[in-house]
Amino acid sequence: MTTKLKIPAIELKEVIFWYKPNGWQLQIPALTLDHGQHLFIRGASGSGKTTLLNLLAGITQPNQGELWVQGQPLHQLRAAKRDKLRAAQIGVVFQQLNLIPYLSVLDNILLRASFAGKTGTALQQRATALLEALGLAASLWQQPASALSVGQQQRVAIARALLTEPALLIADEPTSALDADNRDAFMRVLLAEADKCGTTVIFVSHDQQLKSYFKVELQMANLAQGVVAC
Amino acid sequence: MLMKLARLSLWNRKATAFMTLLSLTISLVLLLGIDHIRKEARNSFTNTVSGTDLIVGARSGQLNLLLYSVFRIGNATANVSWQTYERVAKHPQIAWTIPLSLGDSHRGYRVLGTNQSYFEHYRYANQQSLHFAQGAAFTQVYDAVLGAEVAKQLGYTLGQEITLAHGIGAVSFSEHKDKPFTVTGILAPTGTPVDQTVHVSLEGIEAIHIDWQQGAPMPGRQVSAAQALDMDLTPKAITAFMVGLNSRMATFVVQRQINEFRGEPLSAILPGVALAELWQMLSMVENMLLLITLMVLVAGLVGMMTTLLASMRERQREVAILRAVGANPWYLFWLIQLEVLLLTVLSMLAAALFLVISLWAIQDTLAAHYGLFISVNPFSLQTLYWAAAILVATAVLACIPAFAAYRRALTDGLSVRI
Repeated sequence: MTTKLKIPAIELKEVIFWYKPNGWQLQIPALTLDHGQHLFIRGASGSGKTTLLNLLAGITQPNQGELWVQGQPLHQLRAAKRDKLRAAQIGVVFQQLNLIPYLSVLDNILLRASFAGKTGTALQQRATALLEALGLAASLWQQPASALSVGQQQRVAIARALLTEPALLIADEPTSALDADNRDAFMRVLLAEADKCGTTVIFVSHDQQLKSYFKVELQMANLAQGVVAC
Repeated sequence: MLMKLARLSLWNRKATAFMTLLSLTISLVLLLGIDHIRKEARNSFTNTVSGTDLIVGARSGQLNLLLYSVFRIGNATANVSWQTYERVAKHPQIAWTIPLSLGDSHRGYRVLGTNQSYFEHYRYANQQSLHFAQGAAFTQVYDAVLGAEVAKQLGYTLGQEITLAHGIGAVSFSEHKDKPFTVTGILAPTGTPVDQTVHVSLEGIEAIHIDWQQGAPMPGRQVSAAQALDMDLTPKAITAFMVGLNSRMATFVVQRQINEFRGEPLSAILPGVALAELWQMLSMVENMLLLITLMVLVAGLVGMMTTLLASMRERQREVAILRAVGANPWYLFWLIQLEVLLLTVLSMLAAALFLVISLWAIQDTLAAHYGLFISVNPFSLQTLYWAAAILVATAVLACIPAFAAYRRALTDGLSVRI
């Protein structure tokens, strides 16, 4: 963990992204997050949230500027390398329907390992340990993902995102499909498990109430100060 | 993991997958089945007559001679005189001969005048000889032996009296009513023109024509059946004869000698060569049939691609999840390819199984009722080539939905449009 601490989990410098040269632009002058530092991003839809997530996850590349994740230059790496880095270092939790419905709970989690190039019993043990820590009974592990409740599915998604102890976890409105009780339980286990791995959480939501879980908050509009609508 | 995903993903969409499988299986059964029957038909056709080294008739083209002597189609332009037949039959290289005398019919079925050596030496398919289902070969002048089809269609049994008609029409105005024949034997089905033939002795043919001249009864001269028996019934001419040689090595030598026979213009043909040539002329039809089944297969494959392409919309979620956990776009490409491969291989196995079982089930019926002998095993080395070609074609076609998945993975990224 000491090696992780020396370099920031993510670092963005003068990042500019556009879909068409003269159209809409996303600009992020500077953003640095250390390991274990969580960030709450608030933004309405259409504010460039999905674009930012695609950039951070290495699906797309910035047109200008630098984007570092765990010391790796995402803005320079080729697509295949970025996909590999995502498998190992970036966990993603969606709004809902995070799991492949026809795979079992355990297979959904281990799916990630095969892309990270990791297999073996150690990983399997970590998967089951995570499931237990997230309060999912062993009887559910071999069930198809579609048999689980929404709350359970979101917790399986956390387990999958944290399986490889990634530097970064991106959560895109993961609580929007949950009721209040489930939501709070979800937030607690998410942040607790992330802290255990020293993972930085970037949490995107328009739910003001969740702000209290985070020390650092950013308005999408403030973050992307250079956002220009044409 | 890729395999597991492809398998479970298909299982997850089992209704669609099953229908795709079904349509593909049907087209494969058609292709494989028709190809098999085509080959079997050619086999059975070219084996209509076997074991005969030469067929000899009056000089004519080899197809004409083959058609009237083996298939009872058409007429001979000229006959072979009995003296010539006897001289040729004495050739030292010739082991046996079967004389054939055609020209009469019974209710549309051709009558063949021949002798005992027909039942002894005639071979079809893989050297199979003729067997009697009932009765035995003719021994008397007015005895007749029916082919299986004749007996079945006309409902004849042993002891039935039949009259032969002059000429070959189904309805004839000049019948040999005064000299009826008695059925003494019925042959087992062969799947060859033998089934549609009424066999009588050469003497019988001679007897019914003894009071005829120039193809019509001679007025004022009637010979009764009993009187005919006392007369000389040695035939004056026959239509053609089949030849078996002591050694097949001598085939071409004997053929040339017969073709150059000075006493009478004769033609000797090799039945295998002539049959193959005739089949060549018929192969147009089989090629058309094969082309149609190929088209059915292409339609099946295109249908599968359409289904897969349509399913890409509902699978957007899957693409996003796989991308999120680190799959690169090519992974999605190969996932679709593998699904297609699985479906194709499965339907190939299903088609093969279905075909073998149904062939096995109908084999006996075909043999008993139609004299068609079709082997249960539809597979050959060529089937492997077919399978390989189909797999390649499928893989090429599958690039369409697979590339759609690749594009989706590349452009949509983590976003999921619901």
